[in-house]
Amino acid sequence: MTESGAADPGPGGHTGSAGVSHSSSSGGGEWQSYVRRLEELAVRSGLAFHPVEFEAVPDTFMMEIAVYGLPVRMPHWSFGVRYIYQLIQRHMGHSRVFEVVFPGNPGHAYLAQSNGLAENVLVTAHVLGHADFSRNNMLFRRCQEQVSEHIVEHAASHARQIQQAIESYGMQRVEAVLDAALALEQHIDVDQRLRRDRYPEYLPDAKHLVDDEFRRRFEALDPTAAKNVFENRKRAPIPPHPERDLLWFVATYAPEMESWERDIFLAVREESFYFYPVFATQIMNEGWASYWHARLLREADFVPQQAYVDAIKCHSDVVRPIAAGQQVALAINPYHLGFSMWESIIETEGLESARQIMQQDDDFSFVRNHLTRELAEKLGLFRFMARTDGHIKVLDHELAALQDTVLAPKYNFGAPSVSVGHLRTDGSLELVHDHTTDGRGLDLERGRKVLEYLRAVWRRPVVLRTVDQQGSPLELSAA
Amino acid sequence: MSESEKSALGLAKWYDLFSRGARDWLRHDEKVRESVREHLPQIIAGGDVINENARTVRVPVRMLEHYHFRLRRTAESQGVGQGAAKPGDVLADPSADQGSRDKGPGGQDQGEIQLLLEIKIDDIVDWLWEEMQLPNLKARVGPSQETDWIREGWDRRGARSRLDRRRSFKELVKRRGQHAGPAGFTDEDLRFRQLARRRQPAIHAVVFFLLDVSGSMSDRDRKLAKTFFFWVVQGLRREYRSLETVFVAHTTEAWEFTEPEFFQVTGTGGTVASTGLNKVREIMDERHNPGRHNIYLFYASDGDNSVGDHAEAHTALVDIAQKACYSGYVEVASGLSRQLATETGRLFAEIASQGHAAGSYVINDFDDVWGAVRHFFTAEQKAIEGPT
Repeated sequence: MTESGAADPGPGGHTGSAGVSHSSSSGGGEWQSYVRRLEELAVRSGLAFHPVEFEAVPDTFMMEIAVYGLPVRMPHWSFGVRYIYQLIQRHMGHSRVFEVVFPGNPGHAYLAQSNGLAENVLVTAHVLGHADFSRNNMLFRRCQEQVSEHIVEHAASHARQIQQAIESYGMQRVEAVLDAALALEQHIDVDQRLRRDRYPEYLPDAKHLVDDEFRRRFEALDPTAAKNVFENRKRAPIPPHPERDLLWFVATYAPEMESWERDIFLAVREESFYFYPVFATQIMNEGWASYWHARLLREADFVPQQAYVDAIKCHSDVVRPIAAGQQVALAINPYHLGFSMWESIIETEGLESARQIMQQDDDFSFVRNHLTRELAEKLGLFRFMARTDGHIKVLDHELAALQDTVLAPKYNFGAPSVSVGHLRTDGSLELVHDHTTDGRGLDLERGRKVLEYLRAVWRRPVVLRTVDQQGSPLELSAA
Repeated sequence: MSESEKSALGLAKWYDLFSRGARDWLRHDEKVRESVREHLPQIIAGGDVINENARTVRVPVRMLEHYHFRLRRTAESQGVGQGAAKPGDVLADPSADQGSRDKGPGGQDQGEIQLLLEIKIDDIVDWLWEEMQLPNLKARVGPSQETDWIREGWDRRGARSRLDRRRSFKELVKRRGQHAGPAGFTDEDLRFRQLARRRQPAIHAVVFFLLDVSGSMSDRDRKLAKTFFFWVVQGLRREYRSLETVFVAHTTEAWEFTEPEFFQVTGTGGTVASTGLNKVREIMDERHNPGRHNIYLFYASDGDNSVGDHAEAHTALVDIAQKACYSGYVEVASGLSRQLATETGRLFAEIASQGHAAGSYVINDFDDVWGAVRHFFTAEQKAIEGPT
């Protein structure tokens, strides 16, 4: 749950943070007795979820989950940087994590020990909303079928595997692999399976393709030439089409990678498969959980009056779109947007069709189909233009443009569309940036750095084609 | 058993045992230090890091970025906001106020955080000596009367205060190994540390810093000299357990100063190098016995010395050079590149050609300071090894 949701970056569990500091921490034991009753209430309301294991953990641990996205994850210095940012945020009172839930069977929910009773009641209802979502949403289901329902355990075993690699091969070498793999963590293809086969080595046999009048005449005319043409197997180009799944491609086709290095790439990739639905349904998912925590709480007559009032106050902090004392917010709070959208959908179309939307959509279809002109107006959404010098101007309230701008940072897992274009015969790797899709070229310096990371594990030259500021073709390379 | 009961019993959960965030942060810190180390000469050449009395240097650094593919930044970016605003409203104007800019849409930049890395000067000197392959100076050991107590062996008798518990306990364990059954300490087990007198080689050094503060030396010149002197002290301190520093400034007269005053001194008027050199000689004769001290002289000047002073300055310098391990001259000539074709430059060139351990170097810029340090310490090494 989050109060300033838009400030919550990156993939992760459904982390929540809020700016208010709630100091009472007596809620621990008492809250446990409500969990069962809230679950029963949720089931009666039509929610269907795998059992969830709740655990109260220290705030420091909550913060680490927010940083790593998983309770136990591989070590890497870049997480240390995020950790410090998170620490600073917390010290400035901008962020406090109430709860993190991981889908699975059973699901794992971690609650901050410092939560009060009211917060824990609210959070429990929120978690049940997420559990319902992650069990029924198709994107979640599809990805979970790939990575199994035990991502928490898998990630822990990846961490152990990498720790062992550090012991056997040394920090420097493992870090070089992780630098490259984590730099490419968004570059996967969730439309493909997690465990993929290599591309076919040869082109399909031509003989089966053309078996017609022409061929018979050709063979009659010159049997030797015909045999050459029709029966010589040809090596298939690799990849046969631009390949978006860079992690898989490198792990599979790198000419000189050692097997433990490939394993690290595949471990990062598996975690990315888990993170993708979290990322691509954030508005829906947080909105759904917020809708249900509000509704369950309203219907939970067993919760004491005071706790109810406190919980509602906490709810309004979490879904608050605009910071206190401000007129406008320059980012949308996904909790608030999702919550408002679900409220309006359920009001106008009923719970049944809302559940269907929840099952079938992701944020792209959800925002395009269900963020209506009326709702956008009611929420006061506007589009603005920010210049790098800090000048910010309001542009318009145009619905299609609003939808596009909300969704723009979410395409392609939030990364530029870079794919493998070609594996050259000398083993060098040729990456292609699809600048027409992205509208402009890559940040050249960062691109070069990533190529350097990649070069260290690919061990042959790596090039990347993109465009420069003027739009003319440009090739970056690390040799 | 509930969670609270478990923790009351001290059954800590695994996540209480260590912080992964802190671990990865430390690794980041280590990487920052590595990269600082790589750029050390540039970083510390800037005069600002130096702080008298401080044993650390503060270096501002940025957090390391783990690079990802990103689109090129554009001058303008679009975002969606919420609240009471009409098209055309200006929500932030940098010319009006700077601070109100919120995070841009989909922006990954989390605001710049600068770290102030505190590095021990001793570490820096160690790194630099390794990296620049500066030869370690060998102390010139003179005949010395100095003695020192050092530890030497153990005995069964001794003063109570010198009882070595660890050693005694070992003896007890040994005895227990021979005779089964419990046994307590006996007097036999006790071991006492013994001390012996040892002669120590002379490890004292004194370094004279002579600075020309005449009117022609600008603030910047003095700062260059100061930076150079600072690192020379660090380098020498690495070699000698006790290093004395003497600061002398001169114009047409010479005075001795304390270190803090020394770098504040400004003077006016002309330059007569011999006054400074004579002052150094005077102090040296008074307080420092060349047999017991390793003596160094470093002279910083812009090189303008009055021509009539040549003979006298030469005499004084030769006298000093005979007693000193090394005499160095840095010409701080910001903006000018005369390459030691100055009066003072010639003076040092002369005594070097006469076989004295001496050398010169020109510093135009802060970047040159390291070149100078390297030059002198390499030269110094040769001077020591050469004649012997």
